[in-house]
Amino acid sequence: MKLENIKLRNNSAKPASQPMSMRRREALWGYIFISPWLIGFVIFTLGPMIASLLLSLTNYNITTPPVFIQLDNYIKLFTGDPRFWHSLGVTVKFALIAIPLNLVFGFVLALLLNQNVPGVAFWRTIYYLPSVIAGVAVAILWSLIFNPRFGILNWLLSLVGIDGPGWLASPDWAVPALIIMSLWSVGGGMIIYLSGLQSIPTAFYEAAELDGANALQRLFYITIPLMSPVIFYNLVIGIIGTFQYFTEVYVITATADTGLGGPLESTLFYNVYLYSNAFRYLNMGYASALAWVLFVIVLVLTLLVFRSSALWVYYEGELRR
Amino acid sequence: MIGKHTQDLINRIMVLILLFIGMVVVVTPLVWMMVSALKSQDAVNTNPPQWIPTEQIKVEINGKDAFLYNIEADGVLRQLALINKEGSIGTFVNPDNPEEQYQLPVASGSRATRVYFHWENFVLAMTKVPFAHYFLNTMIIVVFGTLGTLVSCVLVAYGFSRFRARGFNILFLILLSTVMLPPQVTLIPTFILFKKIGWYDTLYPLIIPAFFANAWDVFLLRQFFMTLPTELDDAARIDGAGPFQILWHVILPQSYPVIATVTIFSVLYAWNDFYAPLIYLQSESHWTVALGLQAFNAVFTKQGHLLMAASALMLIPPVLLFFFAQKLFIQGVVVSGIKG
Repeated sequence: MKLENIKLRNNSAKPASQPMSMRRREALWGYIFISPWLIGFVIFTLGPMIASLLLSLTNYNITTPPVFIQLDNYIKLFTGDPRFWHSLGVTVKFALIAIPLNLVFGFVLALLLNQNVPGVAFWRTIYYLPSVIAGVAVAILWSLIFNPRFGILNWLLSLVGIDGPGWLASPDWAVPALIIMSLWSVGGGMIIYLSGLQSIPTAFYEAAELDGANALQRLFYITIPLMSPVIFYNLVIGIIGTFQYFTEVYVITATADTGLGGPLESTLFYNVYLYSNAFRYLNMGYASALAWVLFVIVLVLTLLVFRSSALWVYYEGELRR
Repeated sequence: MIGKHTQDLINRIMVLILLFIGMVVVVTPLVWMMVSALKSQDAVNTNPPQWIPTEQIKVEINGKDAFLYNIEADGVLRQLALINKEGSIGTFVNPDNPEEQYQLPVASGSRATRVYFHWENFVLAMTKVPFAHYFLNTMIIVVFGTLGTLVSCVLVAYGFSRFRARGFNILFLILLSTVMLPPQVTLIPTFILFKKIGWYDTLYPLIIPAFFANAWDVFLLRQFFMTLPTELDDAARIDGAGPFQILWHVILPQSYPVIATVTIFSVLYAWNDFYAPLIYLQSESHWTVALGLQAFNAVFTKQGHLLMAASALMLIPPVLLFFFAQKLFIQGVVVSGIKG
């Protein structure tokens, strides 16, 4: 977020008489208008944040009063809970593969659509459609597509002589299946890249062409540097999104024989584990500790991306360090 | 050496081919969904899969179901019904005249099939569970949640875009940073709060928070309000209009596109949301469509045709919304995406 975007406009100078009361009235009105958010922030964000931090130091199952147990939840998390590490591993594995793949596919699609092809609106509609319908219905659809015996994916693979894996039924292939599923909605990122591409002045490309730069050089020396803020934005959103990954896993595994996060806990994503602790085992204290660890992880990752952005994100009108 | 124009043409054709392949990948799952939704139960799980819903023709012979076969009898290829089978020899009858019987080897015939779309699957999917009730609950959340979002976010965005006050810069930064806050951090105390005040298993937890604004929509609206010239505000103020009147008569009439964008995203979000309904709504009479569909999924696992019909029904509202309001969708994504 660039700071100059959020600076408030400096209105014309106020008359010298009664300057304080005018300004006060303006401030008062301002606060009246933002009060829905301010009140909501205290009730639904700040208050619960403090409460969950305090809860994370207790043993609490809603029905009996919380018992203060100091840092026991955190100690148990890090030293005595292999499922915590496992769920973290599943999430990181998914993130490391799905985020870059989504980034590359989305970017390439946007590049293709930016080639002055006929029917841009049509292609954009088709590719964006899956992002509009994400949710339960899509997860059900894909669980049929991934069916090892009758799904169309393994049928397609059999046409080229490949004996397809068990996908969602196989501990080794469940996460790759979910990654493939996530790639289906790549159009969401594409839209953002495409609008970024369209805002690059054509003069840059013309100048580069005059200097004899070929298509690949233009891509690496003009397009990608100028697009780096957008890539950066999608990266941050992708990291935050992965740690909230839930619905697809729930729909596919909650009622399967293998249990939530199955098979063999291969899809026990961090958020799925947190949900189980909070709403299946009613370990509200422990789940709060999980939530705060998640918060710190996301915060650190986001800060790392932000800090590193100075090295690779190019903002127009800014000097590179 | 090929000319530049030919090269351009080749490039564009290559791009179109790639885009076409991508389109096939994107569209195939949806086509498969529709095809499966129109099948009979026997045709859902077949290998190889059926791309056109086809089934063996069934007829009733003396009150019993029998399958039709294309089979040669007395040197003529006919459609006969198989009513009994002993070893490899079957008893076939003329479906129009069951007295006319033939003893023929079953292997010499082939099953008579027909293409048939089971549109009634959609009706079945809607009537096997109280879908109308789920729909009503979802619509209550959609309507009031969207209303709350619009009212609160417009007010807050107006406040941040048109008024100067001590602390506003830092407050706006705090507002924006809540986008980065994982919802799990506030989830459990919020859940306990709603439970303690008796709102567990009601629609309130899914509606009331919308009335307290959210960072995305406030940002989107504020960015738009900032582009509106302040001269009109000033003119209205000189005519004696108060802040609410300026918002209502000056700002809002110029803001229909962005308000429409916020509306469709809010509707879409409420329609697709699964997590909040899952944790707050227990009794079936309060379920939303997303929850009901998941329960349907659990019960009708073996009936893929009904499952796909129900899923397709759930996709109709978002798809319609998308096709009618495409421009607004794309604008919304672009503004909140790029400027963020």
